[in-house]
Amino acid sequence: MLSTKNRLKKERFNLFVKRFFANRQAVLGSMMVILLVLFALIAPFITKYTPLQIDPAHRLQAPSSIHWFGTDNYGRDLFSRVAYGGRVSLAVGLSATMLTALIGMVTGLYAAYYRLLDHVLMRICDGLMAFPDILLAIAITAVLGPRPVNVVIAITVVKIPSMARVVRSVALVVKEQTYIEALKAQGAGSFRIIWRHIAPNTISPFIVQATYVFALSIILEAGLSFLGAGVPAPNPSWGNILYDGKIVMFSAWWMTVFPGLFIILSVLGLNLFGDGLRDLLDPHTNKANK
Amino acid sequence: MQECLLEVKDLKTSFYTEKGLVTAVDGVSFTVHSGETLGVVGESGCGKSVTAESIMRLLDESATRYEGEINYKGKNLLKLPEKEMEAIRGNEIAMIFQDAMTSLNPVYTIGNQIAESIMAHSDLNKKEAYEKAVEMLRLTGIPSPEKRIHEYPHEISGGMRQRAMIAMALSCRPQLLIADEPTTALDVTIQAQILEVMEELKKELNMGIILITHDLGVVAEVCTHVVVMYLGQVIEEADVETIFSKPLHPYTNGLLKCIPQLDGDRTKPLFTIEGVVPSLDDIPPGCRFAGRCPFADSKCRKEPPPLEEAAYRHKIRCWHYEEIQRQGAFEDVAIPS
Repeated sequence: MLSTKNRLKKERFNLFVKRFFANRQAVLGSMMVILLVLFALIAPFITKYTPLQIDPAHRLQAPSSIHWFGTDNYGRDLFSRVAYGGRVSLAVGLSATMLTALIGMVTGLYAAYYRLLDHVLMRICDGLMAFPDILLAIAITAVLGPRPVNVVIAITVVKIPSMARVVRSVALVVKEQTYIEALKAQGAGSFRIIWRHIAPNTISPFIVQATYVFALSIILEAGLSFLGAGVPAPNPSWGNILYDGKIVMFSAWWMTVFPGLFIILSVLGLNLFGDGLRDLLDPHTNKANK
Repeated sequence: MQECLLEVKDLKTSFYTEKGLVTAVDGVSFTVHSGETLGVVGESGCGKSVTAESIMRLLDESATRYEGEINYKGKNLLKLPEKEMEAIRGNEIAMIFQDAMTSLNPVYTIGNQIAESIMAHSDLNKKEAYEKAVEMLRLTGIPSPEKRIHEYPHEISGGMRQRAMIAMALSCRPQLLIADEPTTALDVTIQAQILEVMEELKKELNMGIILITHDLGVVAEVCTHVVVMYLGQVIEEADVETIFSKPLHPYTNGLLKCIPQLDGDRTKPLFTIEGVVPSLDDIPPGCRFAGRCPFADSKCRKEPPPLEEAAYRHKIRCWHYEEIQRQGAFEDVAIPS
């Protein structure tokens, strides 16, 4: 009995791996994300400069063999600043995504299952969605104060409605399936039905949405830091490096180009990964490929 | 030995809709004893499935109104609180559905789902539940069940899925099984096997079965008693031999005549019952079948006939059944005008 189970599991895993690598978007996106993560984790060890090290004698130097990305207006090595900024983006992005995913999933599932609760929850979500993302995020950090933790909270609050909606719409469809009725006919209670049976069937669009939320978190965090409502100076974040570089944009191009490039590449990578995952996980696209 | 498991008394199930109260099941009564297979026959939309779902109380309680009684071993199921109803579902009364593909959760293996059902209703641990699941699958006639339990619903065939469904439903030894068109989606050879499985399990567990179907061939094969429904009402009820040899209702007779005969005349067109079933929100006054009945007269169109007992355990809802029977008119009925 055990060997059949393991054999089948291995076959299915190999099949998934094969399909994954056949999907160009998924591969490209995941490679970009992995490179970004590696950069953020390892790069600080390669450079001998720290992100806060001021060196006014060597302000605004172009990229060279000593300072690979050049220096900023305080003479700080841009490479290490961008690397540490990457850590901030990743940490904030990951935390915000996980928090959003958790609360969004719970909200979506219960809204789909209980009609009365649905009205209340969805009206709250409507209210939150009425605000443009960045404005709402600014308002929240303005109240709570400019710190990475508060950036996480702000992004989470802004993004919960979209996650809840995605989960809710799939859960509504799943709820009407015959197997849910069959489960009720077997005497299953609502907790078991919601968490053991409806939730796993919402995982695919949920994961895809999570990657999009991650991408948006990077943009929001950079935006907030740019406006001074996120990571406070002198700690580096791609957003506040951009802010420092704004004034000298045409003379010291490296100060805007490098953080900007990293923002673009990470968001692009995450979006590609999300699109690739969606193609892999969406059962409807499956049929088209077969 | 033969206890009365289920007594449906004057069941009325209505739904609250934008158009008002729509009554899908209008005064249905029947009984099921252990060891019996009650066939519920009728066209699509006549209320068969709603009746079954009413018994299990699977309908949306906020939009449904129940009247009458459904007595399971003396307890009125319509009056039970939800918690007690949950205890009955699966344990005492089980239901299997038409399309086994959508009746199984696609993200779990069939072994996982059967074991889950077993664990929910008993104290067995996971390993024991899996072993029992293998046994249940073996009982339904699946070869090599110990290998099959690790497969997903989309990896097995329709017949096997239906057997897995049956295994899941019967894993807790219910007393009453409601099967809602379990073989409609299967091909004929598998159909025969599934029916055989159900028959054997019925004998072994001494269950009662309610078999909902529109296939009279299936009814003839396995049912002991038959209830014929039309537009939410029972129009005839009898044991299976009587229904097939001496039907009293024009509708039942029409249904029987619709079955193509192997030795029939191939030059003649196939028999059909003229007309269509009226919509539920536009129920005609008088007898509901009057619009399509070759024997209908003005009384039929004005007054709805009551359900009468024509003979021992043979009920009929028709004004003119005695006259029709006396004239032997069923033999003469040609294509009605």
